[in-house]
Amino acid sequence: MEKVSNQQIIEALQTQFGENSIYGLGESHGTLQLTTSVDSIVPMLHFLYQHPILKFQFLTDLAGIHFPDAKGQELGVIYHLHSLENNVRLWIKAYAPIENPNFPTITGLYATANWMEREAFDFYGIIFEGHPNLTRILNVDDMDYHPMRKEYPLEDATRHDKIDELFGR
Amino acid sequence: MGEINSSTFFIDRFQKRKNMSDSTVNIIEAPAGVEGQGFFATSLDSLVGMARANSLWPLPFATSCCGIEFMSTMASHYDLGRFGAERLSFSARQADVLMVMGTIAKKMAPVVKQVYLQMAEPRWVIAVGACACSGGIFDTYSVLQGIDRIIPVDVYVPGCPPRPEQILDGFMEIQELARKESTRRRNEPEYKALLASYGIE
Amino acid sequence: MSEVALVTNPNVGLDKSQKGGPYVNDLSTLNLGPTHPATHGIFQNILTMDGETIVDAEQTVGYIHRAFEKIAERRPFYQITTLTDRMNYCSSPINNMGWHMTVEKLLGIEVPKRAQYMRVIMMELARLADHIVCNSVLAVDTGALTGFLYVYQWREHIYEIYEELCGARLTTNMGRFGGMERDFTPVAIEKIKVLLAGLPKGLKEFEGLVMRNRIFMDRTQNVGAISAERALNYGFTGPNLRAAGVDYDVRALNPYSSYEDFEFDVPVGTKGDTYDRFMVREEEMWQSLRIIQQALDNLPEGAYHADAPHYYLPDKQDVYKNMEALIYHFKIVMGEIDAPVGEVYHSVEGGNGELGFYLVSDGGRTPYRLKFRRPGFIYYQAFPEMIKGSNLSDAIVTMSSMNVIAGELDT
Repeated sequence: MEKVSNQQIIEALQTQFGENSIYGLGESHGTLQLTTSVDSIVPMLHFLYQHPILKFQFLTDLAGIHFPDAKGQELGVIYHLHSLENNVRLWIKAYAPIENPNFPTITGLYATANWMEREAFDFYGIIFEGHPNLTRILNVDDMDYHPMRKEYPLEDATRHDKIDELFGR
Repeated sequence: MGEINSSTFFIDRFQKRKNMSDSTVNIIEAPAGVEGQGFFATSLDSLVGMARANSLWPLPFATSCCGIEFMSTMASHYDLGRFGAERLSFSARQADVLMVMGTIAKKMAPVVKQVYLQMAEPRWVIAVGACACSGGIFDTYSVLQGIDRIIPVDVYVPGCPPRPEQILDGFMEIQELARKESTRRRNEPEYKALLASYGIE
Repeated sequence: MSEVALVTNPNVGLDKSQKGGPYVNDLSTLNLGPTHPATHGIFQNILTMDGETIVDAEQTVGYIHRAFEKIAERRPFYQITTLTDRMNYCSSPINNMGWHMTVEKLLGIEVPKRAQYMRVIMMELARLADHIVCNSVLAVDTGALTGFLYVYQWREHIYEIYEELCGARLTTNMGRFGGMERDFTPVAIEKIKVLLAGLPKGLKEFEGLVMRNRIFMDRTQNVGAISAERALNYGFTGPNLRAAGVDYDVRALNPYSSYEDFEFDVPVGTKGDTYDRFMVREEEMWQSLRIIQQALDNLPEGAYHADAPHYYLPDKQDVYKNMEALIYHFKIVMGEIDAPVGEVYHSVEGGNGELGFYLVSDGGRTPYRLKFRRPGFIYYQAFPEMIKGSNLSDAIVTMSSMNVIAGELDT
């Protein structure tokens, strides 16, 4: 079986979903990456899962990201897919505005996305609609902000001995 | 080795033991006292101190990397059992020494405090590793910057992670404390003030 | 922290002797709390139990969340290596090398062959260390303490090799971008040879104690099984997945750092139960020994680091004499070197599975976003499914065999 090429993936997706639903195509060290809209995530992932040749049936990772400068598209989610049989990886990115960071959940398709989405919610405040248990996972439950966003500092604001003057900040 | 002559067997072994250097056999030092034929008189405090120091039951509160160095300390190469700490107690009510090894996050802080409160007097605390002493390299929003923010600590063992020899050294410091400390420690005003400063009755 | 609370059902006043009447079993809640002798690391499971059988489990993690990803956005690239040490701290060199390979992919540095072989040796030693811990502690959880003590002595030998190469035992911070920081000394090679000669005997002794032991087999066979489809859906990788029957090994599928030069087998189990996971790890240790032997025999001559003066600290003698080296030294240490813009994902086969680093760089000296794909975090989600319907003691053994390391779970 010949190796599935990135061009094949692009063509299959464009035939199914139309050219307009896929933008921001690029290749990063051999891995295809594409950006799509929030609404087409679930159909696209289902299509890639069930495709007889492509078979992207392994979700390697789900990363949240925050771009404070991209107005209207501040919070993003990057899905890392992997086709074990074809040994091909694929990144699908989608962005949503910070006022309304709603993404559909993919826990129905990949059971592994459960905690990954909780982690993205915990760190960035991205809401995954339909998630069975969208609560904080790594931070304390009563934390009221989403710490990985760029506006929040790394250090604890209430500490009193490791002050910034001593550390040259 | 030859055949064992029963009448001289034990004498020979004792002779051998006297000729052994301290590096091979380490016998606990007896406290200062008066020795005579068939008796040894010393103060009750030093006897109790010797017994306490050499039979401490640690509670290994191992959270991260320092916990693996503790496992190496418990293993046969750097045996902690030599110091009388062979019996690890995971139940706080039966433990003497709380060895906090590893990073304590703010989520874990109430658990540490509760475990400390469950311990019965006399109790000591070792903070093993930079994270337990002061937060270590993790100066972040989620890490407690040292367990001495919530519980009183007796011995700090720095290192990231400390070598097993350092952990043993810290343990020997606790042994010194156990040997020398008064049995009436919990009633002393300084101790009560210390606990009150942490909000512990 | 493991108090038992009886949760009684609301129909408790009803007469249970009524024929056809409602007779609901009283379920009890058991807190397998964050501090527990047999959970390796701090994570909490609140188990709902029907007598001795587990009905449900609710997990809480994050008790050792140290915000690695946020710290990584603050630190220059070479300072992040110390963070990667502390993720899977039983096999730190694998994390270090994985991170270095990720950055080398971003920077486009080509690592010389000798350095690649040295990296392979260190990674396989780390894998040995990790599997020794997992398997011996699994035996301890079933009550067999002797195996742990025997085999841990060999782990001290591995620590001595680390010390010889980088100075530290556990959190090694080994290697640099472009290769290793120093060549193998003759003492290090001698120690590796001694290990290769002695560890097989130690492993055989351990296996003789545990592997065909009736009690161990009864405790671990058909316990905590997971099927291959569920495992893939849960994102399992590493020995846990291979025990379920899928032969996915990053070293074999996407070879990195000259793994394609070595001949090794990828052991695969059948049922995905605890015994299979133990056996897969045991067999992987033998394969690791094989790889180290091949790497040591065929260690090529050459440089132990790439010629990348922008990222690799120059020799101290050169810094004192050579102007260029001084400037590079200054720029690297003060963090004046900027990385190229781009994003890269690289994964290595860690002790637990596919350890991935997703790095987004915006051209500054620190990453813009660094996401660690931790295998422990991902497969621990499946734990409730694996223990449903089994006993509490089976749950402990299953957790041990999965090798969940808290540092990796919570970053």
